[in-house]
Amino acid sequence: MKMAATSVGLLALAGTIVPPAVFMLQSISGGPGSTPALSLDVVKTVMFLSTIAWFVAAPFWMKVE
Amino acid sequence: MSSLERDIEELEEAASSEYERQRVPAKALKGPSAFWGMYAGEHTAGTEFMIGPLFVKWGADAFSLIVGLLIGNLLAVLTWRYLTATIACEQRLTLYYKMEKIAGRGLVTLYNLANGLLFCFLAGSMITVSATAVGPFFPPGTIEMPTFQSTMPTGPAWIISCIAIGVAMTLVALKGYGVVAQVGHYAAPWMFLVFVACALVTLGRLGTADLWALLTPAPGTPRTISFLGIVFFAWFCNAAMHIGMADLSVLRFAKRPSAGWASASGMFLGHYVAWICAALLLIYWVRQHGVDPQVGKDPGTMVNDAVGWAGLICVIIAGWTTANPTIYRAGLAFQAMIPGMSRTSATILAGGLCIAAGIFPAFAMNLLNFVGIYGTILAPMGGIIITDHFFADAVGIPRDPAERSGMSFNASVLIAWLVPVVAAMWLLRAQESLQLGWPIHAWYLPLPCAIACGLIYIVLSKMFARDAIAVRA
Repeated sequence: MKMAATSVGLLALAGTIVPPAVFMLQSISGGPGSTPALSLDVVKTVMFLSTIAWFVAAPFWMKVE
Repeated sequence: MSSLERDIEELEEAASSEYERQRVPAKALKGPSAFWGMYAGEHTAGTEFMIGPLFVKWGADAFSLIVGLLIGNLLAVLTWRYLTATIACEQRLTLYYKMEKIAGRGLVTLYNLANGLLFCFLAGSMITVSATAVGPFFPPGTIEMPTFQSTMPTGPAWIISCIAIGVAMTLVALKGYGVVAQVGHYAAPWMFLVFVACALVTLGRLGTADLWALLTPAPGTPRTISFLGIVFFAWFCNAAMHIGMADLSVLRFAKRPSAGWASASGMFLGHYVAWICAALLLIYWVRQHGVDPQVGKDPGTMVNDAVGWAGLICVIIAGWTTANPTIYRAGLAFQAMIPGMSRTSATILAGGLCIAAGIFPAFAMNLLNFVGIYGTILAPMGGIIITDHFFADAVGIPRDPAERSGMSFNASVLIAWLVPVVAAMWLLRAQESLQLGWPIHAWYLPLPCAIACGLIYIVLSKMFARDAIAVRA
């Protein structure tokens, strides 16, 4: 159970930070006025789903001292 | 069993299990890992969404933000490590018990009142920040959001939002804050990443990763905070915790004083990275939407615009997880102040004050000044503890004089506390009429007040403390 929670938790954290990073890299490399392949709406959706996944997985993963 | 008996039993149980009136025994000591997570979570709060943009309003330049924050936070970490953690590990007592030994129980009660009231205003600011995350869930214009210039409530919808959030926070605080502490613990790594995500999206939308250029204010922006101001703000925005010794209560559980280094996680993740990320949010609105930095934009709208619902949840949770323990602690402070008051009544009283403070955006919008005043009032007590711990033997004054003389109200401590604080508050208010030529911000004051308090305490103790102990003997 803990292993599954750890995997989901890590994926959720990745889902929180990787899409914005990709959005930034695509936006900057494309130059002014360019539209990144990964749209901001997709970034927001992935981040929201990752948030739900994180709060489901974290209690099984992180123990509180 | 009556609720009062249950409350008393609960308090006694908590007191015995948390070693509130005894040295922490070796079996209860914790390794450094327990402190790294705690500090990271505690200092990545909803108010960070306010502080970053407020730096933009004050015209902070790139060098001040990148280098000044680095130096200020480093000084804060060193203070935690070499003052707070050192005293905590040698004494292993709570701030309140140590103060009781020096100042007497009566004076500690007075300190508790000041602490409780300041806690209420701080939690009120967190309610304000959380309430800005409610607006984006409704059609535009339904809830008028406050700006940096708002001091009064913006309308009935805003008041209802603050009351709803404040009541929810108070109800949870009534149950104790175990659940909220757990949510805060789980949320900490995710919350930090949401701050960074806000910055990444903002950099993408601005089409540059040149942080230095982005953080440089536009020509003509009034500059009301200097490099030194940023250093001092970063150093003393948590003055009550480090030099004020409030964190004795936490660090007394550390195995070694090196646990004080754990404060670096809170300072460099929360008070460095998160502040700069939050500042970038307003910079985007200034550059792309022409928002006046002096007017600002509410955190809820900016975060929703950058990262959507994940950001709104972050704003609410960041405010909630830090406001809840604050309301709970304020309730305990009031309970200690008013004999016979139940914890439920005390928490409701504290919650009511927090909601009232939250409805008025003046506190959140003047957060930089408020945390400076908060430190100026509370940090001097730490100056007395530092004097007692490090210098009492050297200068020939008795240690723990109230305990040794049996007095419940050490007037020397009261005078040493009030004189610098009253002088500092007067200076803060009267500086314009004095025409000093340079601005005195509230965050410059905790250090001189703590030093002055320690010096006055030495003088008064040399005059009176030995007599009091001799009378007792």
